Amino acid sequence: MPKTPVTFTLNGAETALFVEQGANLLDVLRRGVGELSAKQGCAQGGCGACTVRIDGALHLACLTLAETVEGAAVETAAGLADGPTLHPLQTAFMEGFAAQCGYCTPGMLMAASTLLEDTPNPTRDEVIEAISGNLCRCTGYAPIVDAILEAASHMRRGAA
Amino acid sequence: MSIEFRKDLFAEERDDRLNEIGQPRIRQDILGHVTGRTRYYDDHLFDGLLHMRCVRSPHHNARIRSIDTSAAERMAGVVRLVRPRDVPHNINTLLSLIGFGRDDEPLLQPERCAYKGEPILAIIAETERTAREACDAVRVDWEVLPHVLDVEAALLPEAPVVNPEYPNNTFDYHDRYDHQKLRFGDIDAGFAAADHIVEGEYQMSPIEQAPMETCGAIAAPETNDRFVCHTATQALFFSLGTTAKLLDMASSRLHFIGGTVGGGFGGKVDSLTEPMAVLGARLTGRPVKFAWDRPEEMQVGAPRGAERWRIKDGVAADGRILARSFTGFFDAGAYTRLSSYAIVKCVGHLPGPYTIPNVAANVYCVYTNRTPATAMRGFGITGVDFAIECQMDRVARAVGIDPIALRILNAYRDGDMKAHRREAKNTALIECAQVAAAKAGWTLPAEALAASSLRDGGVARAEIPRTVTDQAGRIGERRRAVQPPEPLAPGVPRGEIPAGTRGSAVVAAAPQRSDMALDPTRIGHRTALSQPAGPRAPAAAPPVSPSPTPPRAPSVASPPPAAQPLYSTPPTFDPVTSQPSLGSAPGGGPPASHVPGITPPTGPQPKVTVPPTGAAGSSAPRHPEPPAGPAPTTPPHRSSEPFQRGVRRPGVSRFLSGARRR
Amino acid sequence: MALHRGRGFACINYPIGMNLGGDPAQALVHATPDGKFMVALSAIDLGQGMKSVTRQIAAEALGVPIADVYVDTADSDTGPHDMGSFASRGTHRVGNAVIRAAAEARQQLLEAAGEELEVDAGDLDTDGRGNIHVKGAPSRTITVADTAVAAQFSQGRTISGRGIFLIPPSGADPETGEMTPVTTFAHAALIIDVEVDDETGEVTVTEINSAYEVGRALNPKLVEQQLIGGAWMGVSHALYETTEPYYPDRAHGAEDFNAYLMPGPGEIVPHTIAVLERPAEDAPYGGKGPGEMCANPVLPAIANAIHDAIGIRCDALPITPERVLRALRAQGGARPKANLP
Repeated sequence: MPKTPVTFTLNGAETALFVEQGANLLDVLRRGVGELSAKQGCAQGGCGACTVRIDGALHLACLTLAETVEGAAVETAAGLADGPTLHPLQTAFMEGFAAQCGYCTPGMLMAASTLLEDTPNPTRDEVIEAISGNLCRCTGYAPIVDAILEAASHMRRGAA
Repeated sequence: MSIEFRKDLFAEERDDRLNEIGQPRIRQDILGHVTGRTRYYDDHLFDGLLHMRCVRSPHHNARIRSIDTSAAERMAGVVRLVRPRDVPHNINTLLSLIGFGRDDEPLLQPERCAYKGEPILAIIAETERTAREACDAVRVDWEVLPHVLDVEAALLPEAPVVNPEYPNNTFDYHDRYDHQKLRFGDIDAGFAAADHIVEGEYQMSPIEQAPMETCGAIAAPETNDRFVCHTATQALFFSLGTTAKLLDMASSRLHFIGGTVGGGFGGKVDSLTEPMAVLGARLTGRPVKFAWDRPEEMQVGAPRGAERWRIKDGVAADGRILARSFTGFFDAGAYTRLSSYAIVKCVGHLPGPYTIPNVAANVYCVYTNRTPATAMRGFGITGVDFAIECQMDRVARAVGIDPIALRILNAYRDGDMKAHRREAKNTALIECAQVAAAKAGWTLPAEALAASSLRDGGVARAEIPRTVTDQAGRIGERRRAVQPPEPLAPGVPRGEIPAGTRGSAVVAAAPQRSDMALDPTRIGHRTALSQPAGPRAPAAAPPVSPSPTPPRAPSVASPPPAAQPLYSTPPTFDPVTSQPSLGSAPGGGPPASHVPGITPPTGPQPKVTVPPTGAAGSSAPRHPEPPAGPAPTTPPHRSSEPFQRGVRRPGVSRFLSGARRR
Repeated sequence: MALHRGRGFACINYPIGMNLGGDPAQALVHATPDGKFMVALSAIDLGQGMKSVTRQIAAEALGVPIADVYVDTADSDTGPHDMGSFASRGTHRVGNAVIRAAAEARQQLLEAAGEELEVDAGDLDTDGRGNIHVKGAPSRTITVADTAVAAQFSQGRTISGRGIFLIPPSGADPETGEMTPVTTFAHAALIIDVEVDDETGEVTVTEINSAYEVGRALNPKLVEQQLIGGAWMGVSHALYETTEPYYPDRAHGAEDFNAYLMPGPGEIVPHTIAVLERPAEDAPYGGKGPGEMCANPVLPAIANAIHDAIGIRCDALPITPERVLRALRAQGGARPKANLP
């Protein structure tokens, strides 16, 4: 099967590899690059577990052709922390018991961090809207919404 | 969302002076979750990983005439086809690991598919896409057969056979009946004494566990002629043992790694992906991943099966439930998996958290031509709890009593005898109902507010009544003629078991050595075990009281001739041998000795025993004799088969052996 | 064309663990050279918090801080046998096995410390902060770390423990169903408020008030996670979920999350919870497993609330708008009923 060279940045690091035509970004990230934080939940675009950011916008990696990220900036949940310093969302999810099995967590964090970049002071409804493409089977969502609001509040305090 | 901890309730039973227990410590695994570094089974990378997919039946019931794999085999990237004959021991039942039930399900079906989605062939390829395309290229010539999808239709004599190991479309319980029975007291007498009869039918739908991570496993050859298997299983050694059995492989050659799972909810117990992945690794010598995609997870992966329930209650005008009868059908789908055990667990749960003096149930594990059912959160209980609690609401409306007060009136309390013949202890239903009502601002009548799980239980409520039995529903009877499914159906000959009849309770095995017992002052609660007596001697409490009564010989598998009455008249009969009398304790067990050392009742006892009534049917219900006084020297009655595991073939090793079985 | 409010109640108990074939769990505990403790299990963490609750149990039983304990699970080469994570058995069975393993390790820890302090091990106690002292004489003390070093490098003693907890098999009697199904039950009661739209058939759960009895909340936040998530799942089972919407017909089975419906974050139901703790005598620190029972009462409570709202018994699940509308049509419209006294 023919392969195509693709170059992009992954969480800021230059990444280059050959991908099979038709390969999706999720498989390429996971098995090609070894970046495992994006999860496969359905491979149908229905669950949000594979949510990544491409040039600042949220995408489902399972529905994204890998060839299309040529030259783009790809971000995953593994890039949220600044070295050993956690992103406030990560701290809020930890302390707010906003994860159980953890499988949806990376996708949730990508959706939430994108929201907070654009909307530092979101309403509860805006948080709900922002994560409505991400399914969670364990928590009932309430702790996740609370954790995102807590992180937003923390980040505003830090910025002030 | 708000949560409060009512430390004031049951405070006298707790010792809250603990260091770590009770603290809201953050999860050990949470840092990995929020950084995306937690490694689930699929996060273990292998060079040269191969992918396995299955060819599945598109029909509810169809025989394989022929399979043409030539196009698939010619495809570039196809590494290996896996056929039923490649599975060394291609028949299993999940609970064979605990010796329950007969092997009835192949890993890959060689002859006749009994449900839509049953796998007949697997293809291993370099990529998942190739494996999918190759599966699509397989041509199967099917002979489509009649199928049955409704549980009660499956019980009719003319219903097609779903599962050849159980040709009557029901699991065989105890080599004797096509259902599991529960008999406690005399429901006919209870119904006759009732002021209201309340009936309801309830249907629980099949439900998908839907974990965010689907079922899957990656297996790879390890050094030293072993195989490693990274798995999403909920039961590591179940999956390991099942793999060892199906692949006829010593369990010591298997190295299973799991424990970090993206949700389970019961759907990851079946151990189907692990044997397939290890088989693939063994056949190819390369790492192989076998995982369900989401459509397979939803339609081929086993759901919580559907259940149909019919409940009939006899209720006194004051709201006391005098008799309750259940007829339940669990839709197992095409193979047993865990449905047979779900029913046993369910029957031990009946009639719900209520003290009802007369209870009977017939519960059927029925095979139909659908995806086999398995466990889900609430295993064996969720469906019947839906039925019971909707029924309780119906009863409340029928007698015109506040629905919560009705529950509290009938609630089980410490010391009450449950229908499975063990005393209730550590109960708290009443307090939960009271607290929930207070939170919601639901005003309760004074008696309901004054009730307590600690009071007014036991004594008369601890007695085991004379119990009416029947022997209807022998294995195979329903193939010959339509039989009523309900317990103690009209016209069915009755037998009886004396009041007080019970075996001994099973309790936890004592610590193996005394220094494995925690200092009783450090266990955080004030119960019998924590009384200052020093560490318990290891031999002080044998796990099961050995019975002086020798166990009965196992019954023969073939049912007695149906035309011949099994026994003639109602009096005491031995259900196993048709010998009169149970011998050991006809006068009933000593009631007082069964009452645990709890607060003795202070108020008047609620009247729950059934008043004498007129005859119902052919049997003459009698008021349960007051049990005879304590007879300390009499050994406790041993129930007819105290430890019935279903069917075990002689010589079958109980656990984990590579030895070929059957 | 109206919204009808209704209120429903349900209460349940739930058996902890399985009985059929015997229900064992094992655990191993050993100390590192500097007095940290490793717990080896084969139990599974599905998200319910198995690693976390057993870590807390081990720390409590050993008498050391939780930071000094790590739980490793599940590697079949190192983790001893466990049946698995199902039947609400994990906390009870595995927790008890961990207590026994930790008790044995603690005994050896105290014996090693006794040798260093020249007192009888029975006279020693831990402070839960990493120190061992003579009872009644807090100044005569040695750290757990120093004890472990001494045990390994000068005394030649292991600080380790093995634990097994077994509920022996208990089958059912064929004639009466007699059995010992479990030794412990958890309890729950809840009241649910709903609104039913008689035009669309949609049911909205507006509030849950609940009480759950869990023996002991070994970790109150883990219990809260289960109760909130479990109630959410109960709502989902009552109103949304099925693989076969026209059961027993197999048609229209969902194959993706567009067809397999669940409530989303927009349908979060306000839920007020009370937790009751009546310790079970054979449970670890009295704790029962809350993971399964928390979903069960929600289903009938919703059905009862719908009956209260529109006078219709929804006896088949899930209670979809289609089912509600068909029942309304058959009944000739909603017949709201006032709550009974």
